[in-house]
Amino acid sequence: MTRQLYEFNGGVHPEQHKHASTRRPIAIAPLPKVLVVPLRQHIGHPAKPVVAVGEQVWKGQTIGQAEGYVSVAVHAPTSGTVTAIASHAVAHPSGLADMCITIAPDGLDRWIEHGALDYRNMDPSHLRNQLRELGIAGLGGAVFPSFIKLNPGAAQKVPTLILNGAECEPWITCDDMIMRERAAEILAGAAIMRHMLRCDEVLVGIEDNKPEAIAAMRAAASQCDFAVEVVAVPTLYPGGGAKQLIKTLTGKEVPSGGRSTDIGVATFNVGTAYSLHRAVNHGEPLISRIVTVTGNVHRPQNFEVLIGTPLAELVRLTGATRDDTSGYVMGGPMMGIDLASSDVPVVKATNCILVKSPALFPPPPPAMPCIRCTRCAQACPADLQPQELYWFARAKNFGKTQEYNLFDCIECGVCTYVCPSHIPLVQYYRYAKSEIWAKEKDKKAADLARERHEFRQLRIEREKQERAAKLAQKASARLTGATADSPDDSASAAKKDAIQAAIERAKAKKEGITPRNIDNLPAEQLQEIAEIEARRARIRAMAQDSVEK
Amino acid sequence: MLSSPYIAEKSSVSIIMLKVLAALVPGIAVYVWLFGPAILVTLTLASVTALVLETSAVRLRGWPARPFLMDGSALVTAWLLALSLPPIAPWWLIVVGTFFAIVVAKHLYGGLGNNLFNPAMVGYAVLIISFPVQMTQWPSPLSLAGAHLGLLDSAQYIFTGILPDGLKLDAISSATPLDTLRTQLQLEHTVREITRLPVFGSIGGTGGEVVVLMYLLGGLYLWLARIITWHIPAAFIAGLWITGGLFHVADPDRYISPWFHLATGGAMLGAFFIATDPVSGATTPRGKLIFGAGIGMLTYLIRTLGGYPDGVAFAVLLMNIMVPLIDAYTQPKVYGHKQKEPAE
Ligand code: SF4
Ligand code: SF4
Repeated sequence: MTRQLYEFNGGVHPEQHKHASTRRPIAIAPLPKVLVVPLRQHIGHPAKPVVAVGEQVWKGQTIGQAEGYVSVAVHAPTSGTVTAIASHAVAHPSGLADMCITIAPDGLDRWIEHGALDYRNMDPSHLRNQLRELGIAGLGGAVFPSFIKLNPGAAQKVPTLILNGAECEPWITCDDMIMRERAAEILAGAAIMRHMLRCDEVLVGIEDNKPEAIAAMRAAASQCDFAVEVVAVPTLYPGGGAKQLIKTLTGKEVPSGGRSTDIGVATFNVGTAYSLHRAVNHGEPLISRIVTVTGNVHRPQNFEVLIGTPLAELVRLTGATRDDTSGYVMGGPMMGIDLASSDVPVVKATNCILVKSPALFPPPPPAMPCIRCTRCAQACPADLQPQELYWFARAKNFGKTQEYNLFDCIECGVCTYVCPSHIPLVQYYRYAKSEIWAKEKDKKAADLARERHEFRQLRIEREKQERAAKLAQKASARLTGATADSPDDSASAAKKDAIQAAIERAKAKKEGITPRNIDNLPAEQLQEIAEIEARRARIRAMAQDSVEK
Repeated sequence: MLSSPYIAEKSSVSIIMLKVLAALVPGIAVYVWLFGPAILVTLTLASVTALVLETSAVRLRGWPARPFLMDGSALVTAWLLALSLPPIAPWWLIVVGTFFAIVVAKHLYGGLGNNLFNPAMVGYAVLIISFPVQMTQWPSPLSLAGAHLGLLDSAQYIFTGILPDGLKLDAISSATPLDTLRTQLQLEHTVREITRLPVFGSIGGTGGEVVVLMYLLGGLYLWLARIITWHIPAAFIAGLWITGGLFHVADPDRYISPWFHLATGGAMLGAFFIATDPVSGATTPRGKLIFGAGIGMLTYLIRTLGGYPDGVAFAVLLMNIMVPLIDAYTQPKVYGHKQKEPAE
């Protein structure tokens, strides 16, 4: 019986370019000369360093502790010496540096003591805590801490588990290859997820352009002691977007602003399932991942890479740099981020390093006015009207962009891809989003500042009064026998009333601040915000350029 | 600084416009074959005028002229206008119409992408209101005409108004089927009697119905090439056919078959090429249906009850006014939202 599949709106068929990097098996990248492990690899709090410069660390040793709720630990990818805890260039669209721990490997690759967890007999919250300590986070690109998603919540269960092996972005093949080569381990990870979430069904969604991966996963599924349905989904970008895959497989839509568990679905990337298996059944923290290195390189290939490996060293494994190399993208051509330098380390989010050349990725022709052809709307997988969003974002009419559901935009890039006027639409949406968040923040800051100002006024007032009162006291002491009911006193009483009123006002104001948008959001969106925030500086400049043009 | 996506589909405004022009070619070819080459003169005149005006307007705005001329939108406007006008109309009629289309309707509203009204139809409307007489001189189908104008003779007539020796205007021109229908109905003839006249062909007008068929084929090509969606043409045709059908059923002696309406005048050109102008049309799927159906219905009503022979232009312009309203109230459901929320 074949499963009924559903369609999401739109989507595009960019050229695949996948077979370039699937001809060779996954190779283990050699130990690099230096490892630079960023403390912040996802939204929420960065990890707190728990080692000191000069300290010896062992492979798998925690070097950064999770801090705050949305946070996971980071670990030493190999044994060696901590040589620096300092700001270093990281893979971030803003091009800004961030705190990293640098380790000089000793070449011995000595593990700390580690062992399997008896997850079936563990207290669920203890197990989740262990995963947090082991640094497990989503490897599909969003790097959301897995322990949070592995909490079935109030409903006690999440009926449907979806493993996302769709991998819809062109060029990227790390999921394809891990499914081909490590299918059984992926399903071992799925078994753990299934146990933690009490799932009834386990689905694996794989785009039908990966027949080898589908076959491998089906073979592994037939050996599994629980039912796993491996479903071939149509190859259609962005069919691997969590929302789109959920729609394709279940026909359900994740509610706007909500999360998939609201409709009883949890999705995990296949690579995450593999890491979970390594963590739980072997006790290994997340210190490596599969990375596709492709594009303008001699031998495109997938590598199992230690987190912290410098990008340049990784790219070198595919042969000498080509002369026409014009840059590096982390991720795919549709949603990847341009890297300011090749001096950044591989992080948990690095699924692909795409080496650019002007021949492979020619710059777009100059943008023309929007002709309202609605190709963008026809292709938008979120069913938005990108041309309207563009119009309002360009006019800085951010209220309207929100009315037209700007925040349902998943930034998939499809609209820009199809636009015959070559308008960088997504750039405008990122810009509009960041402006809106900035305004929210400014508003909050302004409220806070006003509050502070009022309290300060209050304090000054009070001090003045106290001084006046003291003076009055002294005066009255001098004028012995003066009545307590002097005019001075009544004046100060009036002032006191005023102060009281001011305090009340300030209080009322404080309570009246509605935490619009930011405060009550699910963690996924908080992550989005954080990412947007970070992109802000650069994108703002970029978008403003084009707006002014 | 670039940001993703780093790849794009091979498409451009120029490619779209070129395909639109290409889709018009079969209709034009058949027109030349059945009505003579005069149309080529007016097409050329309108194109040259449009390009000159477009260049000046773009220059005035200080935009780079090349990409905007290359986009081809001015040519499409020029062709659609020229195809809506009588091919033996005097040269200045073409020039004035093109001026209103390009300069007034398009550039005074902000240029490409900003016009509220369909430029070609603005040009047409100005002409039919200002110069109704010149707008009724249509060439007869060659099969019925007493004489035949070659390319040079046509050009001479268009530019100077002088016909070759001994030729009367009557010999080469006649009223269109829609015009004939109107005047004959006023003379209290029944539809059955009227359609026996030679200008009427098997469905529409003699010759004209073949041209219309070519426009239909060209339009289908645009749909297959995904330049247009089916919504507007289908709704236009349905709106025209159903409205016409209702009248026809009520009184077949007074109201001609709706098929006739589809096969004459600017119906197919309007449905596939004019109403589908993206800039001035509705953009949401349901909005397009409303927009198209409205044009079809209005076209019929104007043709039948109004004072003008063909109603496509006014129908399009009237519906252009409605576009912002239609779009605002037909926003599609967004992924993850329960029901559509009106965007207004
Ligand atoms: S695809 Fe481009 S030109 Fe067409 S409506 Fe969208 S933004 Fe406008
Ligand atoms: S980037 Fe946003 S608006 Fe554009 S197609 Fe994707 S979801 Fe739609």
